Amino acid sequence: MSLAAARPIADGLFVEAGGELRLLGSECDRCGAVTFPGQASCPRCTSTDVSDRLLARRGTLWTWTIQAFAPKSPPYAVDDPEAFEPYGVGYVELPGEVRVEARLTVADPDQLRTGMAMELTLIPAPGVEPDVVTYAFRPVDGEAP
Amino acid sequence: MSDVGVIGIGIHPFGRHPGVSGLDMAAVAARRALADAGVRWEEIEFAAGGSDAAGNADTSVAVLGLTGIPFINVKNGCATGASALATAHAMLSAQTADVALVVGFDKHPPGAFNPLPEDWGLGAWYGETGMMLTTQFFAMKIQRYMSEHGITASTLAKVAAKAFRNGASNPNAWRRKPLSEQEILSSRMLNHPLTQYMFCSPGEGAVALVLARGQRLRDAASRPVYLRSVAFRTRRFGSFEVFSPSIPIESAPSPTVEAAAAAFEQAGIGPDDVDIAQLQDTESGAEIMHLAESGLCQHGEQELLIQSGATELSGRLPVNTDGGCLANGEPIGASGLRQVHEIVLQLRGEAAERQAPGPRRVGFTQVYGAPGVSACAVLSR
Repeated sequence: MSLAAARPIADGLFVEAGGELRLLGSECDRCGAVTFPGQASCPRCTSTDVSDRLLARRGTLWTWTIQAFAPKSPPYAVDDPEAFEPYGVGYVELPGEVRVEARLTVADPDQLRTGMAMELTLIPAPGVEPDVVTYAFRPVDGEAP
Repeated sequence: MSDVGVIGIGIHPFGRHPGVSGLDMAAVAARRALADAGVRWEEIEFAAGGSDAAGNADTSVAVLGLTGIPFINVKNGCATGASALATAHAMLSAQTADVALVVGFDKHPPGAFNPLPEDWGLGAWYGETGMMLTTQFFAMKIQRYMSEHGITASTLAKVAAKAFRNGASNPNAWRRKPLSEQEILSSRMLNHPLTQYMFCSPGEGAVALVLARGQRLRDAASRPVYLRSVAFRTRRFGSFEVFSPSIPIESAPSPTVEAAAAAFEQAGIGPDDVDIAQLQDTESGAEIMHLAESGLCQHGEQELLIQSGATELSGRLPVNTDGGCLANGEPIGASGLRQVHEIVLQLRGEAAERQAPGPRRVGFTQVYGAPGVSACAVLSR
């Protein structure tokens, strides 16, 4: 799924840069701490000198779960427990940067294990508007669970 | 610093009570605590209390009587009860009052909590895409912990089975039906690796405590249990906390580690001296992790401790002897004070059917909640 034909669920989370999808974080100019989403001050050293940073596209799965019951709406976009389909959620460690929480494209516990290689992608965001997308991570092709 | 003791305890049963407001439950708990202490409401010189979702605690004075006392309303998430306790403890230690009341209560609708991202400094997208769930966080924390420290699903089930067994012998508990490990493991998987019966539910209930110092403590009708310390901390950069779209790779200890260490240091009592503990068991993994975060064992030791029965009622270190959050549910404002109520009962030797055998001198309590706050207390005879 390309960002060209889709609308991001929120501004400032991800962009297309050099033809590639990238998450948009921030990096502290003073101590180097990386956050996602970007923020205007550093949670590590309290500096207000921070810059945008495009985050790595690939990382490893640090932990995960399967959301197997329909979240309450609000805040979840969809209020239809009957039609709910379980989905995966995890933290992906981007080497040397930060661990990012994200939806996973896989919702089968047998296909997930900590340490497996993951790659950034887009998925349709929950809700009624079919062209709205959010970021997610998928197992890198050929990666056995 | 002056010794502070708990001289009265009162509880309104936890569970579901249609038609009874949170404030009504608070008044019931307060009257029971006053009666237990042999103290009249007019004698209370300071009060602190709170709820997360059931109104201002100080409106309960309209029910108990308008005596003009200073009353501080506390609203501090899962640490509400413990923060009220810390406030009263500080006021008594500073000798600004001799006898104080602490009350915590709540009344939540059925189902998981549904906090709104905007209230937690997050964009609406975080909730819309299905990541604004405390249950996910607890599942992902224990998932990682299990892979790092060799904790098994059987141990998760044993924690829940213990909670329901203890709850069955607690007349104030909500869930009073024992469940086997197999029933727990085969119940619906909600957030892998945690099943339905490994999670507590938001609920209803109230607890009140009467604290005293000085002559009022020495004159207490029943033998007091001393409140040796209360400490609470919030998260540092690097600790893995709920509602975090990202976490740093450099890790820091959880707020429980620092709150527990501070509580033990203030008390002059070490974790090895603890005879009985009440730990936040939002789900069974939390009890396992909090055992080590509190310093009551090393990381990874829980597997053997729990499998060998050490945390059972008859074990070396009984944990959550009243059934914890799993059997009592979690009325946020009341939950932390329920832990203290249970420790006082156990140290008095008045826990009846669920009394832990043998001399029990030192008790420990720990609560944890969003967005990364922990409060711990040390009590002793």
